[in-house]
Amino acid sequence: MRVRITRRGGTAQMSWLLSAAVTSGCLAAALALSGGRSKAYTAYSLAVHKASAIPAFARKYGLRCSACHTVWPELNAFGQRFKDNGYQLGNERDSPMWQSPAYWPIAMRTTPQWHLESTTHQITDAAPAGKTLSQTGFDLSGVDFLLLGTLHKNITFGLVPTLDADGTTGLEAAFVRFDNLGQSPWANLKVGKFELDNLLSEKRFTWLSNNGGFLYAYHYLPSGSANNFGFGDNQIGAEFSGHSFNSYTRYSVALLTTDDGEPGLPGGKSMDAMFTLSQAFAPGGGLGPQRVGVFGYLGHRPTTFETVVGAPIPGTGAGNKSFYRIGATAQLWLGNLELLPLVSHAQDDAALGPGPEKPTWNNALLEAHYVATPRFMVQGRYELTRMSTQGDPATPQTLGDADAFALGFRYYPFMISRDGMALHGEFAMTRTTGTAPLSGDGSGVDPADPATKVWSRSLLLAFDFAF
Amino acid sequence: MRSHTRWLAVVSGWGVLLCAAGGGAAPARAQESHIGGMTGHAAAAKPLYERYCAGCHGDEGDARGENAQWIDPKPRDFTMAVFKCRSTPTGTLPTDADLFDAVTRGFVTTNMPPWVALTPGNRADLVAYIKTFSPKWKTGHAGTPITIPPEPALSIESMRHGRDLFQKMECWKCHGTSGHGDGPSAATLTDNKDLPIHPYDFSSGSRFMCGVTNRDLYKIFMTGLDGTPMPSFADDIKPADGWDLVHFLRTLQPLDTPEARMWKAWLATHAQELKPIGPPGTGQ
Repeated sequence: MRVRITRRGGTAQMSWLLSAAVTSGCLAAALALSGGRSKAYTAYSLAVHKASAIPAFARKYGLRCSACHTVWPELNAFGQRFKDNGYQLGNERDSPMWQSPAYWPIAMRTTPQWHLESTTHQITDAAPAGKTLSQTGFDLSGVDFLLLGTLHKNITFGLVPTLDADGTTGLEAAFVRFDNLGQSPWANLKVGKFELDNLLSEKRFTWLSNNGGFLYAYHYLPSGSANNFGFGDNQIGAEFSGHSFNSYTRYSVALLTTDDGEPGLPGGKSMDAMFTLSQAFAPGGGLGPQRVGVFGYLGHRPTTFETVVGAPIPGTGAGNKSFYRIGATAQLWLGNLELLPLVSHAQDDAALGPGPEKPTWNNALLEAHYVATPRFMVQGRYELTRMSTQGDPATPQTLGDADAFALGFRYYPFMISRDGMALHGEFAMTRTTGTAPLSGDGSGVDPADPATKVWSRSLLLAFDFAF
Repeated sequence: MRSHTRWLAVVSGWGVLLCAAGGGAAPARAQESHIGGMTGHAAAAKPLYERYCAGCHGDEGDARGENAQWIDPKPRDFTMAVFKCRSTPTGTLPTDADLFDAVTRGFVTTNMPPWVALTPGNRADLVAYIKTFSPKWKTGHAGTPITIPPEPALSIESMRHGRDLFQKMECWKCHGTSGHGDGPSAATLTDNKDLPIHPYDFSSGSRFMCGVTNRDLYKIFMTGLDGTPMPSFADDIKPADGWDLVHFLRTLQPLDTPEARMWKAWLATHAQELKPIGPPGTGQ
């Protein structure tokens, strides 16, 4: 007689329903709080392209999205190992020679959506003292064309052209990777433009709105900064990385140009360096192993250029001044609850800031996902950024402080090995002190009073699909 | 007032997540697996099975997942409780450790990947869940693992004797005289579901279906691959002689193994001493 497995208990179902109800309530409250304000221009988002889920792999290997993704696009432990192994399963069928000649390693992702943006204390021509600006309507994200796969066994490629909704094109990633050098998973070399080896990936995370779709930890710069670095930006350079057989131990070191991913060598000749190290453990019965990791980035930015007719000549930057970012992060599982904490500390050289001091700041965030099933999750995030030392001592200590909160859900109506779609709902809000929100919403102009708290809110309902 | 509303939203959001986490505990207990000191629970594995396995093996474990139609070879049908890779004699159920190793290792040249990145607990739960698909696991028990004698020192004599066994046991009929999987019977082979199946090609250089070590190779022909035409030779080959066959089979692989090095060096001066492998009349 077959043993039938009982479904989850009533308590779990009640919690699920409660989650959905309260989430919906929060979204409705957010809508009410943000509505009824005058329409005005709202700057578009930080335009963070998502490398995301890649159904081309699902089609190649016949695995459901959920095999590699906790919920797509976030990688689970199996997906992380697959990526670490150069997008190879290691079943001796990874080379394209084993695929049907008709197989084409491409996937596309885009997100038709309705969203509402509302930002307080925005200076306009008609309201120099500031007013609340809001904008709402149906909208489009850009399109990511995800071409990734293997050129040959242990030779991986990635190419991600992008098309923004306004028609602007870009090249988000382009790299080649030599995997398992010397038959060892500890030695892999990647060259080109690629995402940094961030354990908490901004390219594969589950937030889409203007205010929720990025991390301050990865993009924050103090007021008046001349730096342009962002952890979340794909960088150009070479990365040497390795991992244990199950990818529970991982490391990477990278040498990168000082241009924050901009091609054409617009900056100087110096190099940035980054390292990551993480270790996973497997106690208990959570949905994945417990991972902790550290990271660091030492960068430089030029302060002078050769000029012609007063204009800087690209690639001639000199007078490099340094900056660094260090931090620690984790991926922890309590049953189906995933916790993603991150703390970081940052400092820029004084020459990259507005005054005689080296600006320093700290960031902390906690993101949580409750993966009720492979097809439904609710999520929340709180992030704070606090200035520790202002570059200009005359600047108020709190200028630039930021708090960001986000709440959302993703529901996947089906789960197959060909493509994926998610119904995405998200409410996100940020509070910045004396500065415009990093989302770019509102007029983009800092408030006149540096003590002013600027609130910016996003409400997003979207169909996020990849094929 | 508005500030209070914001904080209420923050607190309620985190409360939802924490409540939901607590509500997910305490699933019903049905079937168990035991691997070393670890116990897997089938009740905990249903979402894991849906996430990782059902696409090929099907929700009911009957190898009718939506992706099965595109797969060659076809996924395992768990309702039949017939498994290739075992440490137990042919015709018996595998141990939980056998199933755990299979999930961990995957099957080379098939769509079954190594699931080594899953936590050991998750894999143990999945093993328990797989056992719910067939009543054989309720009425029967796993077989007793075969005894494998220690591997003797490698020698030319051992490999030559293994080559004689390769001829005598007619391994060449399926695997070919050179181990390329192109023997005279190769094209006619079917599995227990009457689906075409190919014999292993030693020259592919890839890992074996059931492992990578000499010990794994020994187990393969001493237990057989149930559900396939590969029989058990436990009644035909003495345990100690089994290692001779292992040593010879290693020479068929294009790998830099101790067996291959020793065999190649010996062949350079003694090749003429060997009779060709193949059907009667080819020199044997």
